[in-house]
Amino acid sequence: MAVSGLAIILFFIVLAVFAPLLTHWNPTATDLGIRLLPPSPKHWLGTDDLGMDVFSRIVFGARIDLESSLIVVLSAGTIGTLMGLFAGWLGGWWDEILMRITDMFLAFPSLILAMAISAILTPNLTNALIAISVTYWPIYARLARAQVLALRKLEFVEAARSIGLPQVGILFRHILPNAFTPLLVEGTLDMGSVLLIAAGLSFIGFGAQPPTPEWGLMIAQGQSFLMTQWWVSTVPAIAILLLVIGFNQLGDALRDMLDPRMRFRR
Amino acid sequence: MGFWTYAVRRLALMVLVIFGVTLITFLLTHVVPINPVLAYVGDHAPASVVAHMRQQLGLNAPLPVQYGIYIVNLLHGNLGISIANQLPVSYDLGLYLPATLELSSAAIVVAIVLGVVTGVLSAIFRDGWVDQVARILALSGVSLPVFFTALVLLGILYVHFGWLPGPGQLGPYTMPPPHITGMVVLDSLLSGDWPAFTDSLWHLVLPAFVLGWSSAGIIARMVRSSLLEVLGLDYIRTARAKGSPESRVILGHALRNALIPTITVIGLSYGSLLQGAVLTETIFAWPGIGRFATLSVTNVDVPAVLGVTLVAAVLYSVVNLIVDLLYAFLDPRISYV
Repeated sequence: MAVSGLAIILFFIVLAVFAPLLTHWNPTATDLGIRLLPPSPKHWLGTDDLGMDVFSRIVFGARIDLESSLIVVLSAGTIGTLMGLFAGWLGGWWDEILMRITDMFLAFPSLILAMAISAILTPNLTNALIAISVTYWPIYARLARAQVLALRKLEFVEAARSIGLPQVGILFRHILPNAFTPLLVEGTLDMGSVLLIAAGLSFIGFGAQPPTPEWGLMIAQGQSFLMTQWWVSTVPAIAILLLVIGFNQLGDALRDMLDPRMRFRR
Repeated sequence: MGFWTYAVRRLALMVLVIFGVTLITFLLTHVVPINPVLAYVGDHAPASVVAHMRQQLGLNAPLPVQYGIYIVNLLHGNLGISIANQLPVSYDLGLYLPATLELSSAAIVVAIVLGVVTGVLSAIFRDGWVDQVARILALSGVSLPVFFTALVLLGILYVHFGWLPGPGQLGPYTMPPPHITGMVVLDSLLSGDWPAFTDSLWHLVLPAFVLGWSSAGIIARMVRSSLLEVLGLDYIRTARAKGSPESRVILGHALRNALIPTITVIGLSYGSLLQGAVLTETIFAWPGIGRFATLSVTNVDVPAVLGVTLVAAVLYSVVNLIVDLLYAFLDPRISYV
């Protein structure tokens, strides 16, 4: 399971990294003379209604979709982890206040809050990513806090404190590395769900804007030809499906490997 | 701690969270780069009109006072005035919310039925082909973009074969039932309007299935793993040892306890269901708050969008309150500290 998930993800990373070498078609060059062509040796995955090469858009789109998810997971993960670490370490009122703030943000369905934020800022991919990050950090805060609470009473932390190491040093050098596993699992699983939300926002017009080769936007662009020129929407949908399955498989496998309690459940 | 003490504390927490939710929506209106006054009176309004509108919207007061006014208004059901049609946002939400409630309730029923049935089957036929098929269905339900599933199924079942009706809540030739709750299926049932009832139910099938399928996978996985865990417990061995038939062991003894942890998952998946509803509604021309939100974002109608956001957050919080209480009620082993 881990291997298949990892293989899918690596495949798309290779596509993204070597995009310019894999195709000579410009992903955003329109040519109405070659619109809606079916897959052929010349256009491997056909062309869309503006005559843009679908394969080239998938390959360059891998950059955009992977980057988008990574930016959200890294920024939400960093902010959330920091909040959770401090809440768990400081305890008392700090903990109470920081955790109630996470509760407030957890009450919003991500896509809907992201829509509100992109209505307030202008709708584009950057703002969509900011908006999604705002809705994802609380999960990491909760996980990190739970880890700190479990770890802070252990002997090695007590030892570090008793020899007078600085607090911040203990938090980042001794607690964080041991708290990292559940955060990593969550991050891997979130790569998939963020990808779906970002694609959904672009699909309804509040994320990436044309002619960006973003997969959700490509599905929207081809929706009127779905039953006749199926490749325009179906190919990006398959790309999303595969990549999300990849992250889900890898995330599940990591959880099973790293959390031995879960292994017997499946 | 007893159940009722827990229930009161949990309710207090929800009130606090909703209070915080209003704080966030309030602060969002104050980072708007668009001048809210100009949004109402237009870009070329004379300075005196702008000043008057500013006063009228209460924008001259200090922020905490403005927040106080906002809360008082909310408590009176006043969510502000829509910039697009100058109507109260609460009026529009009243029109659009029932359709979303109808769709999401139908979808959660689909998700629970599909999820529990496939979960039980994959636990019984563990690692057999039934389990593998269920695994693939669950994984693709979670991993496919819900808007693409909607497009494909609509294309195949409506456009190509014509087996199911197209977008909307009713066909073009069906008289809508009288407005009672705003939920068309329920209204036509309550008013005894048989043709409208069958037509609206028929229209509900596809969007509810698309939306329900996306959540069914998570429920199925949870049912499977908790059923397998329960089946390993001593009381199940006792039930088997005394000669209970296997169907009774699973459905009567094991499933009941295995469903308790599943309830939490159902509550949490309601959030993803609500956001899936936004995407599904735009495709099925479903007149719900998702479609309203999409229109409002396009019109940069900030009060309307924030109204939807607030309602969605409150709805999600209430569902999770119910779920948590149900969980505490059903599982007496858990005591809350």
